[in-house]
Amino acid sequence: MSSTNGNSKSKLHGLWALTNRELKKWYKAPVIFILSIVQPILWMGLLGKAMNIGALFSGGTFTLPQLTPPLTPPQLQQLGSYFAGLQTNILQGAFNTTDYFSFMAVGMIAFTALFTTMFSGMSVVWDRRLGFLNKALSTPVSRAVIIFSKVLSATLRSMFQAGIIIVIAVAFGLQVGATFTPLSILGVFAIMFLICVGLSSAFIAITIRSTRIETPMAVVSLINLPLMFASNAFFPTKFMPDWLQTIARFNPLTYTTDAVRQLLIFNTDWTQLAMDFTYVGIFAVIVATMGIVLSWRFLSR
Amino acid sequence: MSEDIIKTEGLTKVFNKHLVAVDHVNFEVERGEIFGFLGPNGAGKTTTINMLITILKPTEGKASVLGFDIAEQDDNVRNVIGVVPQEYTADEDLTGLENVLLCADLYGIPRNVAKERAMDLLKLVELTDFKDKKVQTFSGGMRRRLELACGLINRPKVLFLDEPTLGLDVQTRTATWDYIRKLKKEYGMTLFMTTHYLEEADALCDRVAIIDHGKIIVVGSPEELKHSLGGDIITISIKEDTDVSELIRSVEHVKDVKTEDGSYRIKAEYGEVTAPFIIEALRKKGHTVTKLSLTEPTLNEVYLEYTGKSLRDAEESREAFFAQRMTMRRARQ
Repeated sequence: MSSTNGNSKSKLHGLWALTNRELKKWYKAPVIFILSIVQPILWMGLLGKAMNIGALFSGGTFTLPQLTPPLTPPQLQQLGSYFAGLQTNILQGAFNTTDYFSFMAVGMIAFTALFTTMFSGMSVVWDRRLGFLNKALSTPVSRAVIIFSKVLSATLRSMFQAGIIIVIAVAFGLQVGATFTPLSILGVFAIMFLICVGLSSAFIAITIRSTRIETPMAVVSLINLPLMFASNAFFPTKFMPDWLQTIARFNPLTYTTDAVRQLLIFNTDWTQLAMDFTYVGIFAVIVATMGIVLSWRFLSR
Repeated sequence: MSEDIIKTEGLTKVFNKHLVAVDHVNFEVERGEIFGFLGPNGAGKTTTINMLITILKPTEGKASVLGFDIAEQDDNVRNVIGVVPQEYTADEDLTGLENVLLCADLYGIPRNVAKERAMDLLKLVELTDFKDKKVQTFSGGMRRRLELACGLINRPKVLFLDEPTLGLDVQTRTATWDYIRKLKKEYGMTLFMTTHYLEEADALCDRVAIIDHGKIIVVGSPEELKHSLGGDIITISIKEDTDVSELIRSVEHVKDVKTEDGSYRIKAEYGEVTAPFIIEALRKKGHTVTKLSLTEPTLNEVYLEYTGKSLRDAEESREAFFAQRMTMRRARQ
């Protein structure tokens, strides 16, 4: 008996159909699409321009205490340039770049990865509640494909948003590093792919068992901001207390952000970059495998 | 030819090690019939269907669909069955046609074949005019028909329908029944459905299994089941004051006679055939029949007889409750 009706026997059939179903919800809904572009602009504007750390060291006039004998104009000028140099030195020392906006805009890329992937967990819960998951499970589409389509759609969305962020950041005055080449952008997408695959697999594994939308919401709001701030996305880890530094050292977002910075705004330190990629790569492989195995086991009760 | 399309042997599902949802269920579904699972919410209907469509793995026992074992050859089963779930699973943000094509992709049907089939199916369920409209704008009946089209995209040999008319109004429900009958008649399809509507089981199913607390209580055609109760109820009044119970009892097919406020309540098989004989017998003895009524037992009486209770709404899980509420809400749009 022909059991397949001459249909495709590829193990991966349906992957693109399911992924595209998710993506369509996004790019076919103008409001959601525009909001997903506006969101990084807002964040960049608020965090990057409001927390104008560079301005702490410049701007404003201050009066020097009256010294006897008074400083001569050349001395004053010297002092002025000393302070100006100090500002550059401090910024360079702290952020490895003289422009905090550049530092932070790049941090936004990891931030987007985190916030976009967390929705992959929620869409699983919706599919379950609406019965679509069961429907898909009763078709010959592979269980792994069902899960991986969620991962893939979140990843593609994040990568698209990362691209938007880079464009916007450049428009807002991102200063690229001396070693920047167009190829670096590809590197950014590569690291984004890895981190998103890892993160969304993790979120899906956490939420696939829950039947109510509140569970992933709670999980996400518990994890997300701590994960974000216990990384180097907005502030260098070296000024953090020891315990926080330890957390940041294990946080894959730290390595993602560092990789993006190495590629875009720093003078690339290749050993450091290789380490970043290795760490995020291993994280992605382990978490994605765990996530997919756990979800798979759950789906074949 | 009697060929079992579906066959179960001691099929059992236990949730969380103690909640027995389906308890050693045995039944066979023959080619070309509409087989119905009738029972209250929480009786184990959906759990059974979910095992047969390979979403759930049985804890114990075996089942096969078209000869494929549901646990060992689940991929083969998935290829030859169609499923119309209880919920409205069509994606609201996509159009009718996009939804059917998405289902086709899940079966790995090549695009050109899928498009042709999708158009045919949309025509079958009379949604051709709405194929490019988003499902958001669909009414409950339209959504149900769209689900039907999706369930048929792989040309299944057996179609599973879980509560196919849940939440639909009477008119839409009857229309849905017509589509289901058409599938049986014109495509010779075998259909397995669950329902908790007695009228639906009665109107649609060739055979019905009454299920309660995870166990099958009785299986048979609606007619058989109703007859198994001992037949129809004939109520007769006569002008005269004499007791004619014995006379009535002597008529063929009469099973029992009771007097009730001057009238006779007669339990008889094939009531519509027996009643004229009773009148005839009474007239021969010079009695005049003044009043006669005939009541056929409904599946409700069958249900009462076998389960000892009326079809009730049982407590059920939060998830199932939510899903049903959601379905009903969308059905009423």
